[in-house]
Amino acid sequence: MKSLRKYLDKIKPNFQPGGKFQKFRSTFDAFETFLFVPNHVTKKGSHIRDYIDLKRTMSIVVMALMPALLFGMWNVGYQHYLSVGQTVTFLEQFWFGFIAVFPIVVVAYVSGLSVEFIFAQIRGHEVNEGFLVSGMLIPLIMPVDTPLWMIAVATIFAVIFGKEVFGGTGMNIFNPALLARAFVFFAYPAKITGDFIWIEGLSDKSSKIVDGFSGATPLSQAANYAVDKIPSDLTLFLGNIPGSIGETSKLAILIGAAILLLSGIGNWRIMLTTVLGGLFMSLIFNLVGANPYMQISPITQLLMGGFLFGAVFMATDPVTAAQTNTGKYIYGFLVGVIAIMVRVFNPAYPEGMMLSILLMNAFAPLIDHYVVEANIKRRLKRISPIQK
Amino acid sequence: METFNLFVKSIFIDNMIFAYFLGMCSYLAVSKTVKTSMGLGIAVIFVLLITAPINWLVDTYLLKAGALVWLGPEYANTDLSYLSFIIFIAVIAAMVQLVEMVVEKFSPSLYNALGIFLPLIAVNCAILGVALFVQEREYDNVGDVLAYSAGSGIGWWIAIVTLAAIREKIKYSKIPAPLRGLGITFIITGLMAVAFMSFMGIKI
Repeated sequence: MKSLRKYLDKIKPNFQPGGKFQKFRSTFDAFETFLFVPNHVTKKGSHIRDYIDLKRTMSIVVMALMPALLFGMWNVGYQHYLSVGQTVTFLEQFWFGFIAVFPIVVVAYVSGLSVEFIFAQIRGHEVNEGFLVSGMLIPLIMPVDTPLWMIAVATIFAVIFGKEVFGGTGMNIFNPALLARAFVFFAYPAKITGDFIWIEGLSDKSSKIVDGFSGATPLSQAANYAVDKIPSDLTLFLGNIPGSIGETSKLAILIGAAILLLSGIGNWRIMLTTVLGGLFMSLIFNLVGANPYMQISPITQLLMGGFLFGAVFMATDPVTAAQTNTGKYIYGFLVGVIAIMVRVFNPAYPEGMMLSILLMNAFAPLIDHYVVEANIKRRLKRISPIQK
Repeated sequence: METFNLFVKSIFIDNMIFAYFLGMCSYLAVSKTVKTSMGLGIAVIFVLLITAPINWLVDTYLLKAGALVWLGPEYANTDLSYLSFIIFIAVIAAMVQLVEMVVEKFSPSLYNALGIFLPLIAVNCAILGVALFVQEREYDNVGDVLAYSAGSGIGWWIAIVTLAAIREKIKYSKIPAPLRGLGITFIITGLMAVAFMSFMGIKI
């Protein structure tokens, strides 16, 4: 460690203004702050000392995503060996999943971070840690069989058009990870839909599938009204079902949610109201009950697909969600309501969570605007008797 | 129920901005603040509710093939529908002028609130678009026409107010210099259209 520090100190002058490589200052800075705690201090003025900086916030979110990622890796292997009808040990299942999932994570990070570095160089600002979370979220919401080039293209699109053109981390309107998913979904519909994309090595038909195995996710079975084929709530909760890599295990997601809530990084208002919105809408559908999909119980609705994953990790994104507390209640509730509505009403999309969060990202500034306006009006009313 | 479905559908699924990209000029130009875009949006709803039924009446009783039959049986083969573009736009322009005068006379506060946007609406493609869609889809009663025009207007209003709120939020963002202003607005509109795809394909 010490020799590394010495080496960095030795080459540092090259990157200072006036040095040989001063153009690459932000790249050097990114690596230095990534390896060591930065020693920048504020020179003047009063400032608040707090250990929670952007890097630490992002690291906690990445940690919270770890249970979902590890479970996802095991589930990929488990589903694969289930589809070919082999019984293997736990470690073999995990190893298979690791081999399948790890390249996706690497590709997402490398392509996204390259764009970040290039933009930081050109625009002369520092490389922000914001992508660390997006880069982890993108693999978790993709089907495991997505080709790697597709993930690279989607990540690059999302980082450039979702984030960098708005001015980088903290300025974006739409959640970059969800934009990447929506990009794949709309740009390559043939490759990204169907029952075989959820399991590694099925879409090219090279492996022998055992009879009676269906790769269909619970959501697509619900959309086909095959309600009796949906696994039990417990299976849905534990998550050994086909689905996107990180979304299947609700247990792992709840562990992540606990980490986020205890550390105060995730917002409980949005998580709570999103779940409430989902429950509310499914209860209304239960009352109507016009088709089998509407009759699915609210708990099953919440446990299917990516609802909880979206509620915990995507809707709570502090940048793209509503900023005011009242706004957060409205925002979360509508996310839940629209997600269930899209699921039930729209035959084109089995899962509504992605688009409902994107939609509410678009509406969040408007919600905030009117919450602030209402607040101003209320407070004006309070001071007006005094003025008179 | 059919009429209500049409109303909901024209707000979300067949949204004038995100599904047909109609009325883009004023959508992009007047969306800098929520307050003004609110005024423009309401003006569009207002004008749509007046012009679409009138254009529908003109089409049904004057322009359509055989529409003039009420004048006498010898007009049964007359088809004036080649005139529809020019007549529709003339009706819209005339109605906007008339509406402007009426509003100025009876509600000066509303007139002041709408300001320049009222005359601007005469050249809003969404208004002509609604008139032409009504003709093309052959809605056969005035209730459907009213529901469709109200829905389209409300959809347009939601779109412009949302965009204005986003533009107010990013006012102080460090957007790359070449993209500031219209460039980023186009990108936002495209991304919003992606978000609105959640409604596409819904059958009601």
